[in-house]
Amino acid sequence: MKLVGFLCNWCSYEASMGAGGRRLPIPSDIVFVRVMCSGMVNPQAVLAAFADGADGVLILGCHPGSCHYVDGNLQAQRRVGLIRALLKDYGVNPERLGLDWASASEGERFAQLVQEFHARMVALGPQTQPLVLGEPPVEGVL
Amino acid sequence: MNGKPKLALYWACSCGGCDVALLDTGAKILELAGRYEIVLWPILVDAKEHSVEGMADASIDLCLFNGAIKNENDERMARLLRAKSKVLVSLGACSQLGGVLGLANLTRTAEMLETVYLKAPGLDNPEGTLPMKRTKVPEGELGLPGLLEKVRGLPAVVPVDYVVPGCPPEPARLVEVIDALLAGNLPPKGAVLGASEKALCSTCTRQRRGLKVERFTRRYRLDAPDENLCFLEQGLLCLGPVTRSGCGEACLKSNMPCRGCYGPTSGVLDAGGAMVGVLASLMAQDSPEAVAEAVAGLDDPAGMNYLFSVASSLLREAR
Repeated sequence: MKLVGFLCNWCSYEASMGAGGRRLPIPSDIVFVRVMCSGMVNPQAVLAAFADGADGVLILGCHPGSCHYVDGNLQAQRRVGLIRALLKDYGVNPERLGLDWASASEGERFAQLVQEFHARMVALGPQTQPLVLGEPPVEGVL
Repeated sequence: MNGKPKLALYWACSCGGCDVALLDTGAKILELAGRYEIVLWPILVDAKEHSVEGMADASIDLCLFNGAIKNENDERMARLLRAKSKVLVSLGACSQLGGVLGLANLTRTAEMLETVYLKAPGLDNPEGTLPMKRTKVPEGELGLPGLLEKVRGLPAVVPVDYVVPGCPPEPARLVEVIDALLAGNLPPKGAVLGASEKALCSTCTRQRRGLKVERFTRRYRLDAPDENLCFLEQGLLCLGPVTRSGCGEACLKSNMPCRGCYGPTSGVLDAGGAMVGVLASLMAQDSPEAVAEAVAGLDDPAGMNYLFSVASSLLREAR
């Protein structure tokens, strides 16, 4: 599995520190990127991760109502909804883009969310990029 | 033969609109024809593709190439003209980005052939005839070039020296490009000619009021959008924030939102991804359910946001 996680500086990154401090198991095949806010994760960066072979992307922010920047996480929520619509049209399972929340004190919740996301991605399997024409309707067609 | 520099113009997978735009430059085209010897221009002169094959490498001084690369012959001509040309210019949205034709990449080729030749409404094809690579006729065997797996733009197939965007490129901008070419007054290779570096919003005169949008809709569903207000704030998908300006804004003046034919600005990696940022900022929805409902109400998200750029988008290899 190749997974990417975007963690916000104020909540989910702190939660990851808590999980690490308590030595909670975190899957090793997810790369975390620390950003200031889930709302600043550029949709193009998410698409670039998929284009570069990521099997899943998980964005974790502060709980709604607790964003350090008031409503950045709600912005992330709208972006994720729209990116999922694009993924679907391109034939990529929209569930490969995850969004959830973990506050600074929720190390255990963080570990659980990451483990669950990892398990879902393992169940989906690798995001293959099949360059296939499909079955030609008849032999010799263009 | 007559000592003039040589000019080739070619169309690959194209509607012919770029050639018409060139002819729409009026007297300028005569100036171009007077200065250059036209060695290939399928729509206008009699030279054939094989006459180019006999030419020495880099013997064509300038080649204007329009259309996307969709079949084996498009690719063969792209490689041939690249080898024979000193300066290769990618002309128009199809050549630059894959264009509207790139939408085919959202479907498998077999599915597309089935829809176009067997299932589309209004078809009259009782025998289910399909286009074949080889067809026997009394006079012998006829051949058609096979389709490639994916539509691609010219720069994705061969290195190009300049890009002129647009669907089609505006004749007024083409005149500027031709003048620059005739004067030998060209920017460093790799530059985009005949378009601005700024986004269309920077030259748009429509007013923004900072409104939120409850629901996005399509132009044909509205009687008449307000001519003085931002399309996006009226709930219409307008690709102005991510698209190069310089087109002359014919669409905006006709009260139609931008569809993105001039392609993404140099700061935009992926038109659809950048538009997600724009749309998310405009949306009023705060709950997961409301967001899901609003997104479900969008018509054809990839088709609308990548109308001209599926073939050059980040996810171009995904399906």
